[in-house]
Amino acid sequence: MNWTAIAAIYRFEMARFFRTLLQSFLSPVLSTSLYFVVFGAAIGSRIDQVEGISYGAFIVPGLVMLAVITQSISNGSFGIYFPKFIGTIYELLSAPINFLEIVLGYVGAAATKALFIGVVILLTSTLFVDLSIAHPLAMVAFLVLTCISFALLGFIIGIWAGNFEQLQLVPLLIVTPLVFLGGSFYSILMLPPIWQKITLLNPVVYLISGFRWSFFGTADLPVGYSLLAIAAFTCLCLGVIWWIFRTGWRIRS
Amino acid sequence: MAPILSIRDLRKTYDDGFQALKGVTLDIEHGEILALLGPNGAGKTTLISTICGITTPSGGTVTVDGNDIVTDFRAARALIGLVPQEVALEPFEKVLNTVRFSRGLFGRPRDDARIESILRKLSLWDKRNSATKALSGGMKRRVLIAKALAHDPRILFLDEPTAGVDVELRKDMWNIVAELKADGVTIILTTHYIEEAEAIADRIGVITNGELLLVEDKDTLMARLGKKRIEVQLAEPVDAVPTALAAHDLTLANGGDTLVYTYDIHGERTGITQLLNDVAGAGLTLRDVETRQSSLEDIFVDLVQEERA
Repeated sequence: MNWTAIAAIYRFEMARFFRTLLQSFLSPVLSTSLYFVVFGAAIGSRIDQVEGISYGAFIVPGLVMLAVITQSISNGSFGIYFPKFIGTIYELLSAPINFLEIVLGYVGAAATKALFIGVVILLTSTLFVDLSIAHPLAMVAFLVLTCISFALLGFIIGIWAGNFEQLQLVPLLIVTPLVFLGGSFYSILMLPPIWQKITLLNPVVYLISGFRWSFFGTADLPVGYSLLAIAAFTCLCLGVIWWIFRTGWRIRS
Repeated sequence: MAPILSIRDLRKTYDDGFQALKGVTLDIEHGEILALLGPNGAGKTTLISTICGITTPSGGTVTVDGNDIVTDFRAARALIGLVPQEVALEPFEKVLNTVRFSRGLFGRPRDDARIESILRKLSLWDKRNSATKALSGGMKRRVLIAKALAHDPRILFLDEPTAGVDVELRKDMWNIVAELKADGVTIILTTHYIEEAEAIADRIGVITNGELLLVEDKDTLMARLGKKRIEVQLAEPVDAVPTALAAHDLTLANGGDTLVYTYDIHGERTGITQLLNDVAGAGLTLRDVETRQSSLEDIFVDLVQEERA
């Protein structure tokens, strides 16, 4: 394992993040505050409680997941797409490193950035609601695993994308709807029975449910299902990336 | 001593069926400078890309200091530095960081003193804290070289290092190459320009249509390439070269109205003055005089024909 190379990639990617630190933090803090104003104050005042939890607190795990998933994908995809776009990928391909090392460097950095944002949002939310975390270790584990698995998905999108439009396509058309319909702002038990069944096809439901369990000790679905879902998703992404590097798809002619 | 780079029957066929390399075999010795000459699309960049790992070979083998580029890619690639044809740099990153990154990427531990010496050698030290996007085109090319040298490679590939750069920078680049050679780095560069190969190479390889036509010592090849033609058009055609002009080794063309004289531009005396005096002395009237140097393409065609003859 070429740890020096992994560290070099990781540091180089993190440097990009720190160059734009203010934007990186301001934007999620602002959007989270807006969500709290709109959903927490405006709508929350009419909903009062969900599953015995105040609505403002209930949406916190969903909001964190929403930001973390979006950030992981965008960081993961941009990190590898940008070298492709500007041509610096030649250096990665000609370096004495294998696919696993490239992935560890890029996905590690993308996941770290998303984790930062997740923590910032969590801290921001404490300005609006009283929050207690029932299972802190499980909460951190869910957060980290989500960051990693969606950064892997982002990496795949970055390799696949041929232009900036395609880079936005999957997050906009697939991921955002899945996250919004994954119970970020509601309990799936609030849905009509048929939709409760359909929504189980959405993998994000399991993530948000598990993450919410780590906060409140209750969830829509058994926590084991959530762990299984995220493990399966991570394995799927790793498998696809392994295939990409084995065949050189879209990166090595 | 075994060659540092050994290429055997290297082939590359792209997915669309295009054969970019048709069985290239070449040995490169330690410390030499080899210039690969060839027109656009000849396969120069594909050859370099394949050796460096950017393109996957379809057949054949390449070993770098005995390490196979596929089965032992880590050891092979660690010995190679690549300066690509296109200027590709992370635009917002500082020069120093981007060069440090390259060293780390190749698995070498951080060494600030070494990076400083590379940047100083390339006159980049004063620009070390500038974002690469703020640099001039010439400086960007230097950064690419610094990145390629950051892990102390023993072989350096320069893919058209002077394409589209001004004369001054080209000379600068040649000096850098000479210094690297003095440090014992083996250099393989591709170029369109005969004069570039002439200025810096020890050996010259000519590649076209994915085939290496020949690899020769520079001096031998330049003697063959450095010919120029002068075409003397006569007012009245002649049946044969007049005996008074026999000493000039002329040939007749265009139905007898053009005398063709070939001379060596590197020779001390070209013989042109004497030729024109003798043409006048033979009582021939000139209509026009045209000189022509073979283009690289012409030279390639000549070489192909000679090789196949």
